[in-house]
Amino acid sequence: MNDFGGVDDLYRDFILDHYRHPRNAGTLENPDATFEDNNPLCGDRIRMDVRIAGDRIDDVRFAGRGCAISQASASLLTEAVKGKTVAEVEQLSDEAVLENLGISISAVRLKCALLGIKVLKSALALKRG
Amino acid sequence: MSARTLAASPGLSDGDVARIRVDFPILLERPHGKPLVFLDSAASSQKPLQVIGAMDDYYRRYHANIHRGVYHISELATEAYEEARRKVARFIGAASAAECIFVRNATEGLNLVAFAWGRRNVRRGDAIVVTEMEHHSNLVPWQVLAQETGAALRFVPVDDSGLLDLTQLDTLLDGAKIFAFTAVSNTLGTVNDVALLAARARAAGAISVVDACQAVPRMPVDVQAWGCDFASFSGHKMLGPTGIGVLWGRLELLDAMPPFMTGGGMINVVRLQSSTYADVPARFEAGTPAIAEAIGLGAAVDYLEAVGMDAIHAYELALTRIALDRLAEVSAVKIYGPPFEHRTGVISMTVGDIHAHDLATILDSEGVCVRAGHHCNQPLMEKLDVPATTRASFYLYNTAPEIDVLIRGIEKAKGIFGIA
Ligand SMILES: Cc1ncc(COP(=O)(O)O)c(C=O)c1O
Repeated sequence: MNDFGGVDDLYRDFILDHYRHPRNAGTLENPDATFEDNNPLCGDRIRMDVRIAGDRIDDVRFAGRGCAISQASASLLTEAVKGKTVAEVEQLSDEAVLENLGISISAVRLKCALLGIKVLKSALALKRG
Repeated sequence: MSARTLAASPGLSDGDVARIRVDFPILLERPHGKPLVFLDSAASSQKPLQVIGAMDDYYRRYHANIHRGVYHISELATEAYEEARRKVARFIGAASAAECIFVRNATEGLNLVAFAWGRRNVRRGDAIVVTEMEHHSNLVPWQVLAQETGAALRFVPVDDSGLLDLTQLDTLLDGAKIFAFTAVSNTLGTVNDVALLAARARAAGAISVVDACQAVPRMPVDVQAWGCDFASFSGHKMLGPTGIGVLWGRLELLDAMPPFMTGGGMINVVRLQSSTYADVPARFEAGTPAIAEAIGLGAAVDYLEAVGMDAIHAYELALTRIALDRLAEVSAVKIYGPPFEHRTGVISMTVGDIHAHDLATILDSEGVCVRAGHHCNQPLMEKLDVPATTRASFYLYNTAPEIDVLIRGIEKAKGIFGIA
């Protein structure tokens, strides 16, 4: 069984910092794209609001509640995608998101770590509609 | 280690529990190099060697299909399967073995009632009453039945302390055909007064359907004393294997019900255009059943009876008392659910603002298995206004020192999250 780095590795200071002080928290007025979803396993919930200028993500905000992993991952994601093109975000792989997160995630917590990107991609897909 | 020992506890002595633990090989496992502290029996219990052995024995010595072969080992298998049914019937106080239908799990048993009894007897304008503390398995089948028939779905509310609020019960039951409720809440540990609820249902002309999933494993159950009409429970929560459960129903109700699923094993005479159906219980056991699992469940019943359900219940309450007292001393721990007198061995909690999943992950690193989430109880969680709780549940193989390990794990989580 893969033990990864243990919980001290999982709950590193920067993860707890993003959890306690999420970046880009909140909502946008009249967002160009928005979506909300939850992880039925644990009830984590995340909403993403996106403002798009040209083909770029001009601003992004997230609101939600849930475990440290899902919230910190969403917070880190918002920092990473600002200024990127919509196409770049649409092509962002799960692996890239996990790499950006920088901690090793066990299989049962993957859904938590990937909820943010799933919601963001859904928002963009819906806009494209 | 806690100064409290179980020597003074009612039910089972330290020696009894030590002997019981030897029967559960999984308790020797060391996840993350730590002794396994299994506090999630409300989700699914562990299995003693006697259960594993009974199934193994069937597969090695007399596996054959049942009610079909005329040869010796098929007779043995048939007899073992039917003996398991008789054991279960005796265990829950059924009037006859025929009243016990083997299903896959409690969920299937509840669906069976909703389909076979519900679709025949419930009409537009009727009401179906459930409670706000139901597991999704005892909620969604009734939602679907209500949608399909046009019946109204009504809810008995849960008060702030986690007890059913019965003040409006008679009004709610007015015009009801079905009152479905749990004997024990899997989220809050609340023990409901089944006999009282069943009597109120009967007085209102409704049948009572009891979700007995959390009751049958942990307390003596007598369905005739309950006075209900149906009760459904799962084998895997009562030391038995997965894939087997029981729907108990009053014979006269079962007799009048059409089949749920159809095919082999449940027929009487089959013609090309139509068939007649077998008697109860075969009518509700279409296809080859879970034979090994039924035999395993029979062995689980033997095990529970040998230890004694009164003793198991008393011991579980003793552990619950200890856990509630110890947790009350831990700052930032919030316990949900009613006072001790209304509880059994299920404790839902939050610790500061640590999310349940994070707490469970940290406890897991200490070898402690707990459930984290909404416990298939989303409407109740919304009412409590918590995103998720962490749930510890106790069974006959747990010990007071394991509660200390739980508390140490909680302290570790508080340390990581910087909670005083
Ligand atoms: C109260 C209650 N009802 C129903 C169920 C569903 O049991 P199963 O999944 O075995 O059908 C459970 C299991 O978690 C339960 O605790």
